[in-house]
Amino acid sequence: MLTQEMKDILSASKETGWVLEPQAKRLLSSAGLTVSRFFFATGVEEAIRLAKEIGYPVVGKVVSPRVIHKSEKNGVELGIDSERKLRETFHRFSKIEGFVGMLVEEMVSGIELIVGAKNDYQFGPVILFGIGGVWAEIYRDVILKMAPLIQKDIDSMTRCLKARPLLEGYRGSNPVNFEELSKLIMTFSNLVMDLEGDMDSIDLNPVICSMERCVVADARIMLRS
Amino acid sequence: MNFKNLFAPHTVAVIGVSISNEKHPANVIYNKNNLRLKAKVFPVNDRGGIYQGEKVYASVVDIPEKVDLAVIATRAEVVPKIMSDCIRAEVEGAVVISGGFAETGNKDLQDRIVSIAKEADFAFIGPNCLGIYSPPYVDTFFIPSERIVRPERGKVTLISQSGGILVDHIIKLAGEGVGLSIAVSIGNKALIGEIELLDYFANDPETNVIAFYIEGFAEKEGREFVLRARQCQKPVVVLKAGKTPRGGQTVSSHTASMAGDYEVFASALAQNGVVEAKDEFELIPFCEALCCYQNPITGNIGIITGSGGHGALAVDACFSHNLSVPTLRDEDQFEVKGKLSPRIQAIASLRNPIDLTGSAVDDDFVVAANFLSRREEVDCILILLLPYVPGITSDLGARLSQIYRQTNKPMIAYVPHVEKYLMFVEGFQLNQIPVAHSIEEAVHMAEALRRNQPC
Repeated sequence: MLTQEMKDILSASKETGWVLEPQAKRLLSSAGLTVSRFFFATGVEEAIRLAKEIGYPVVGKVVSPRVIHKSEKNGVELGIDSERKLRETFHRFSKIEGFVGMLVEEMVSGIELIVGAKNDYQFGPVILFGIGGVWAEIYRDVILKMAPLIQKDIDSMTRCLKARPLLEGYRGSNPVNFEELSKLIMTFSNLVMDLEGDMDSIDLNPVICSMERCVVADARIMLRS
Repeated sequence: MNFKNLFAPHTVAVIGVSISNEKHPANVIYNKNNLRLKAKVFPVNDRGGIYQGEKVYASVVDIPEKVDLAVIATRAEVVPKIMSDCIRAEVEGAVVISGGFAETGNKDLQDRIVSIAKEADFAFIGPNCLGIYSPPYVDTFFIPSERIVRPERGKVTLISQSGGILVDHIIKLAGEGVGLSIAVSIGNKALIGEIELLDYFANDPETNVIAFYIEGFAEKEGREFVLRARQCQKPVVVLKAGKTPRGGQTVSSHTASMAGDYEVFASALAQNGVVEAKDEFELIPFCEALCCYQNPITGNIGIITGSGGHGALAVDACFSHNLSVPTLRDEDQFEVKGKLSPRIQAIASLRNPIDLTGSAVDDDFVVAANFLSRREEVDCILILLLPYVPGITSDLGARLSQIYRQTNKPMIAYVPHVEKYLMFVEGFQLNQIPVAHSIEEAVHMAEALRRNQPC
């Protein structure tokens, strides 16, 4: 069930055609998904204050209704470790088309996955899961299933990925928390069924998974036109 | 809606028969049914007259007997009127052969016949289709009989959006010795589409496997189809056309880009246990295998052959299709060895693949198949038969099929398909064991059995 807050976010984003990252994360968070800790800043001093609150290093991301793929516009800066670097980044972002502000976020480490959804014309809502990050479309290691998912579907999705050994902890690295991952996918699948009438496609990319937790580090919701 | 009369009518009216044009589709349909099929046929044309010594009825309402099926092959514009006549005459259903509806932009005309039919609960196939091939009752394909190759009667049902593809596959079934139950060309599928026919043939005792050629579904129709297919107790096979994305589509999210129409289609089929034939080379062998074996396997393959090379190629093919070939335990190998002909005991290799060598005789194959059929670690057996091995006879297929009937463990044979060896092929096929053209195809058939379950 969509809450009033979710409905408000969706209707406020109608005109842009998609839900920007801060609002998308707010929506996901109220649906029960863990999102990376973030603040939205419109001015540089505010950004510095918020970065201190989170603690360096932080991630900076441009917020602009004109920029769907932030990294393609150089709108993501990882590992900002000082006030100087933060000022520089803010200044650079402010020149990007449609700039409305900057997200200051905690740095999260782990394996980058993608969890997505598409409202398919013939098959209705489908869920996508696989290797995420900026190179997701190069590797194309993804599994698709019709939503709503049942636990068996999620087990099969995580099992059938080519990069399954990465999730299990490859060459001494830690495995991801499968229970958290599976919980995240299930919660997302339920949300997608509620959003069926509103959404065209959703990217949670990356979802960063470690041994402790699975965190949605970036999200965009493309709305139905 | 009662579909039974569509597929097994006793009386058929062919509407649109021409007095002057022998090549008119309606004439072809009238003639083939009149001369060679069981249903009693009545020619209809609004101008009346006499055709081949038979009275031509001006309207279906004039026919003195109750009509089970009307075949409408007239100009599109008059179809609504004819359909209303059929309903008035209490005809049970129709096949609308005529084109000129949604496929040429005449969506309104198509919507009109749909609403006429829906209101009267009247079933019709089409429009813009070849209709129904259901021997010995009826055949509405406007293809002269001498031009079609007729498969034997069997348990495969084919349903296709394209008439041409359907005829092609009927011919291929005949070529492979696989029997056909009914073939339906659904054309524009205005009223009756894949879902309705899936539901009908799921309960048809003459159908073991339902195969579809699908170009696309209407909005969310695909979802409905796979969910129904999941409930269906019989194997459902789908060959999809239009896999390549249309150019110029801009996609703004990673998900939308990676979840293209075809990727979603294929995933939804697999998730719900619908077996996708990836190309036309897979469709017929999949039908053949699934017609014999309706229960899925997990994919642990036992291989019996008379040549090490055949065994090795089969193992490679299994591996590339994610099927496993479990190694038999030493004591099991020892047990089989004791039962083989003395002259091959020392040379046969029994780890799995079981290579009985070129000195094997029928009895050795029977021993090996009997043994593997009773092993839990194997759930499907490939018999790679070399008909040129001197000790093998064409009785082998029949003998091995007995083992299947006792143990229920599926067997798939490979026999080279050249005329000289067709007796070996039939030895298997006539005893309900599917036969592949190549080692790779035999492995594909096993994969089809594995895919016949939700993944």
